[in-house]
Amino acid sequence: MSDPYGRAALPEPRGPVSAMLREALRRAPHDLPAGPPVDFTGTDPLTDEDLQLTLFLCYELHYRGWQGVEDAWEWQPSLLAVRAIAERRFEEAIRRLAGSQPTVSPDDLPAALHRLTTDDEGPSLGEFLRRRGTLPQFREFLVHRSVYHLREADPHSWGIPRLGGPPKAALVEIQMDEYGNGQPHRMHAELFRTTIDRLGLDSRYGAHLDAVPAITLATNNAMSLFGLHRRLRGALVGHLAAFEMTSSLPNRRYGDALRRLGGDAAATRFFDEHVEADAVHEQIAVHDLCAGLVRQEPALTADVLFGAATVLALDDLFARHLLGAWAAGRSSLRSTASELVHLSAVVSSVPRAPVTARSS
Amino acid sequence: MTPSDCPEPAAATITPYPDGPLIVRGDFAVIAPDGRQIDAKRRTIALCRCGKSALIPFCDGTHKALGFRVDTHPTPVESAG
Ligand code: FES
Ligand SMILES: [Fe+2]
Ligand SMILES: [Fe+2]
Repeated sequence: MSDPYGRAALPEPRGPVSAMLREALRRAPHDLPAGPPVDFTGTDPLTDEDLQLTLFLCYELHYRGWQGVEDAWEWQPSLLAVRAIAERRFEEAIRRLAGSQPTVSPDDLPAALHRLTTDDEGPSLGEFLRRRGTLPQFREFLVHRSVYHLREADPHSWGIPRLGGPPKAALVEIQMDEYGNGQPHRMHAELFRTTIDRLGLDSRYGAHLDAVPAITLATNNAMSLFGLHRRLRGALVGHLAAFEMTSSLPNRRYGDALRRLGGDAAATRFFDEHVEADAVHEQIAVHDLCAGLVRQEPALTADVLFGAATVLALDDLFARHLLGAWAAGRSSLRSTASELVHLSAVVSSVPRAPVTARSS
Repeated sequence: MTPSDCPEPAAATITPYPDGPLIVRGDFAVIAPDGRQIDAKRRTIALCRCGKSALIPFCDGTHKALGFRVDTHPTPVESAG
């Protein structure tokens, strides 16, 4: 059994750029071919599989890296140049999607964040799953979410060295709880591993990358973009705040959904824990972290709102993707992984052996 | 003013957050009326102030769905409704 926390296998390519990059990564670090300009063919960067996978391949080098890929690729200049091209398109697309936010004074930021997160009219994935989601649909939902939750909280930790004083203490206060306050079995990523183990899904780090579509990669790439660029530190904390503000109530629905489908206390604990934890994190994120940061740097107010709006806009697209596929009787995962939906796992007798979404 | 200008006020602090729960930090224990200790599970906790949480004594975010308002910082011009 391989290290459950170690590097993931390189995902399969999804177009010319990710294919070129993936091929290069398997060899010693070198300059990427200076041929035709990097060209992504998709019209919308948010659903462009090639662009989103290219970004994910680049960003993962800053997290745990890839199996069989040398660490020195992380700062290879020609790779960073390709990443910059993809990032520019991606950032433009999320700024367009998030829309313009009202100009508010730093003092009014908490109220503006509150308005932004309560005016959301998007479709409710939690409500759907709670009322009539099937077990295969719930498993698909977990597969999408595994990309983030198996490294839960990591992207926002990039913000810690970029802050000082009260907002730094606030971010650390939240992250400590995400990481279990020093107790590994209470780490949120560990609680998630238990949940998907109980449902018979592979819980190794990065196990389901081939299965998830561009929009799922995009929700993760947005956090990496904000986390890896100091200029976007305002967006990073706004992103975290919106995450926390839109968590307690949906997680109660996800937990109820899984209970209805037969999940036991160990399986639902991840969701139950988030109901309570995020009710705390939300207050700290809004009033101590975000408001604290804009008291120091008022010019970041607009970026905090941009980061928060990004969460809502991408979540909305993500929910539409899943609900749309299910309404049409399809899997919301990529076809290579569609065998997942046909698995008739019974929660009470789940296999301990992981079920992989890819052939390995 | 920096945080080091404000000496630590006490072993534990209780902060009423606007229109939300009471956040408790520091060295504290949560004790039930019968004297038994309730597992707080984390170092910083949110105690429900609206009375409608399903996880009493902890906040579960329900106050937002209810539009809970509390006039923490009354201002002369606006009423907090
Ligand atoms: S104060 Fe949050 S649920 Fe009561
Ligand atoms: Fe969490
Ligand atoms: Fe959280």
